Amino acid sequence: MIHELDLGTLGLDRGGHLLVQRGLAPLSPGDRLRVYGADPHLHVHLGAWTRAHGLAVEPLEGPVGRSNNGAPLVAVIVAGDLVRRRWAGAERTGSAQAVAESDVVERPPSHWGLAARGARIEAGAPSFEFTLSDKAVVWADEAARLYAQAAAAQWDPETAIDWGAEFTLPVEVEDAVVQVMTYLIENETAALIVPARFLGRLHPHFREVMQLLAIQAADEARHIEVFTRRALLRRSELGLSTSGGQASLKTLLDEPDFALASFLLSVLGEGSFLSLLWFLREHGPDPVTRAVATLTAQDEARHVAFGLAHLKRHASLDPGLRPRLAQAIERRHSTLEHTSGLNEEVFDALVLLAAGSWAPDAIARGYESVGRLKQEMDEGRRLRLERLGFAPVEAASLSAMHTRNFM
Amino acid sequence: MRKQQTLVLGAVAYDPKVVTIWNGFRDYFAERELAFDYMLFSNYETQVEAHLAGYFDVAWNSPLAWIEAQRASRKLRRSCSAIAMRDTDQNLTSVIVVQAASPFREIGDLRGKRVAVGASDSPQATLIPLEHFAAHGLRPGVDFEVVRHDLLVGLHGDHIGGEREAARALMSGSVDAACMIDGNHLLFGQEGTMPAGSTRVLAQTDRYDHCNFTILDGAPTRLVERFEALLLAMDYGDPAVRPLMDLEGLKAWRPGRVEGYALLERAVDRFETLAPWLAELNSGAA
Repeated sequence: MIHELDLGTLGLDRGGHLLVQRGLAPLSPGDRLRVYGADPHLHVHLGAWTRAHGLAVEPLEGPVGRSNNGAPLVAVIVAGDLVRRRWAGAERTGSAQAVAESDVVERPPSHWGLAARGARIEAGAPSFEFTLSDKAVVWADEAARLYAQAAAAQWDPETAIDWGAEFTLPVEVEDAVVQVMTYLIENETAALIVPARFLGRLHPHFREVMQLLAIQAADEARHIEVFTRRALLRRSELGLSTSGGQASLKTLLDEPDFALASFLLSVLGEGSFLSLLWFLREHGPDPVTRAVATLTAQDEARHVAFGLAHLKRHASLDPGLRPRLAQAIERRHSTLEHTSGLNEEVFDALVLLAAGSWAPDAIARGYESVGRLKQEMDEGRRLRLERLGFAPVEAASLSAMHTRNFM
Repeated sequence: MRKQQTLVLGAVAYDPKVVTIWNGFRDYFAERELAFDYMLFSNYETQVEAHLAGYFDVAWNSPLAWIEAQRASRKLRRSCSAIAMRDTDQNLTSVIVVQAASPFREIGDLRGKRVAVGASDSPQATLIPLEHFAAHGLRPGVDFEVVRHDLLVGLHGDHIGGEREAARALMSGSVDAACMIDGNHLLFGQEGTMPAGSTRVLAQTDRYDHCNFTILDGAPTRLVERFEALLLAMDYGDPAVRPLMDLEGLKAWRPGRVEGYALLERAVDRFETLAPWLAELNSGAA
C-alpha cells in the first residue's frame, strides 16, 4: 500500500524524523511512504536517515509529484520490519501498581534490571547483580502505605524545631544531654548504613521497598543532623564513644543477611530506640531535646513497622526463618558477651538527664525512670517477637539476650 | 607460525569501543564454533602492510585502505577481494556546505575561496568532495584554497573530529564552505554545531561505498567462508546480537561489492594520494 506524509517546511534537523517514524509505524513491510516536503535539505537528510535506519528508498522517476499543499515529493521509503523485530521478544515486567499478588513477581530476572516495574523491556538487556531478588525475603504489602506516610511526614530540621527556644540547664545536665546525643548519632549512623547497603542490593522490581529503604536512610540522615545540632547548641565538642558500643553496632553492619540484619536493627534495635526516644520526649530537660526526640521517634516507628511487616510475611512463607532469627540473637549475644554493652557514661547521663539535678531525690527518680525505660524496652521487644510468632517464653528469653547497647 | 584453525582479523583502533566491538564478535563467532581473534593497528597503512605480510587473514578496511590493498596487491602480483560490508556503508554521499546567507549558489562560485575539509586521508570529508570540485573544473589548491583539518591522520577520517572542525570553521566564518558526509550534516544540525537553517547544501557528490572486509589471495578458504556466512546470518531481530550490531552501526551485513569505490579511485588517481606510500612499499618489497 502507498501512504503519504507531508512535512511542510519541517526538516529532519528540526525534528522531522519524528513524523517520518510516526508515518512508518503502522505500515506493513513493503508498504510505501511517499514523503513530501519543502525543506531544502530533506533529500540529503532522508538519504542519510533511512540508510542509518536500515530502510530502503525507491528512486524517483518521472515528473516530480506534489502534495495537496504543493510540497514536492522527496523520497519514497519502503517500510521495513526492523522496529517490529527489535521489540518482538520484549516482555512486560509485572505491573506498576502492586494490587494483585502477581503484580509483583516472586523472583524478578536479573535482566529486568533498572526498568520500571510494569515497563515493556527489550530482549537482550544486560544482567544486573541484584542479589536481594526474592519477594518472600523483602516484600511487605504495607511498604507502599509506609512509604507514602514517610514521604508525607518529612520534616525540615531548620523549621520543625525551635532551635532558639530559651532554656538554661545546669552544666552537668547539659553535658549529659551532649553525651546522649553523641551516643544517638553513632547509633543512627549504623541505622543509616545498614538499609543503605541493602538498598544497593535490592532488585528495583520491589519499588515500594526500595523507596521505603531510601527514605529510611534519609530519615536517619536527618536524625544525625538534629542530634548533632542539639549536641552543639551549647557546646563545641561532642561526648564519648566507647569500644563496646561500636562493637555492638559493628555486629549489625557485619550481618550480610537482609532478614537477620533487619530483624536485629529494625525490630529489636530501633524498637528499643523507640522507647529511648519516648523517654527523652518525656524526660528531656529542655524543649529542644524533647522536640528532637518527638520528631525522630515518629520516623523510627515507621522503620520498626516495616521491619515487622516484611519479617512477618517472610516467616509465614518460610518456617525456617524463626529459628534463624533466634540464632541471630544468640550469636550476637555470644559475640558481645564480653563487651561492656551500654557505656556507663550513657547510662549515667540518662539518669542525670531524667533527674535534672544532682539532688539525691532527683537522682533516685532519674535512676528509677531509666530502670523503667529498660523494662519498657524489654516489654516492647517481647511484644514484637510475639507478633513475629515467637511463644511468650521464648520471646522473653530472646529479649533478655538483646544487646545492652539498646540498638 | 600462526595456527590456521583461527581466523585473525586486522582492524584499526580509531576509538576505544573498537575493543568492545571485536571482543563481541569474537564471542559471537566462538559460540558458533569459529575460532576468531583480532589484531589492532593505530593506522590503516600499517594494517595494509601487515595484511600483505601475512600477519592476519581478514582486514576491516576503510575505503582508502581497500584501494591501498588493491593497488599494493596488484603491484605485488597478488589479488584481493571485498567479502562483506555493512548496509550502512552503501550508497553514501558527501555534501559541500555554505552558510545559508552566503551569496554562493553553485560550485563555481567558490573559485578563489577557502574550503574546509577533514583529515587529508578522509575519503568522505576530503578526497571525494575535492574530486567533486575537480570534476566541476575547480582544482584544489589552485582554483580555491583547501583548509585541512588534519585530525588523526592514518585513520582515514574514521574519527568524526576533522569533519566537526570543518563545520565549526564554516560557522565561525573562517572558511567559505565545508565538506562532510551527508549523515554528519544532519547530525551537526541536530546537535547544534551547525544550527538548523544556518547552512545550505551547495553540492552533493555521487554515491559511494565505505568500509569492507578485505581478504588477499591465500586466505584460509574454509575459515573465511564460515566467517562470511556467520556475518550474513547476523539478525537484527536476535537480542543477543543486536547490541553488537548497534555498536558497529549496522542493521544487516551485505555481500561485498567494489563498484562503489569508483569515485574514490578517481580521486586517488587525480591527486596521486597513494603514490608516495606505494613507492615506499615497492622499495620495501624489492
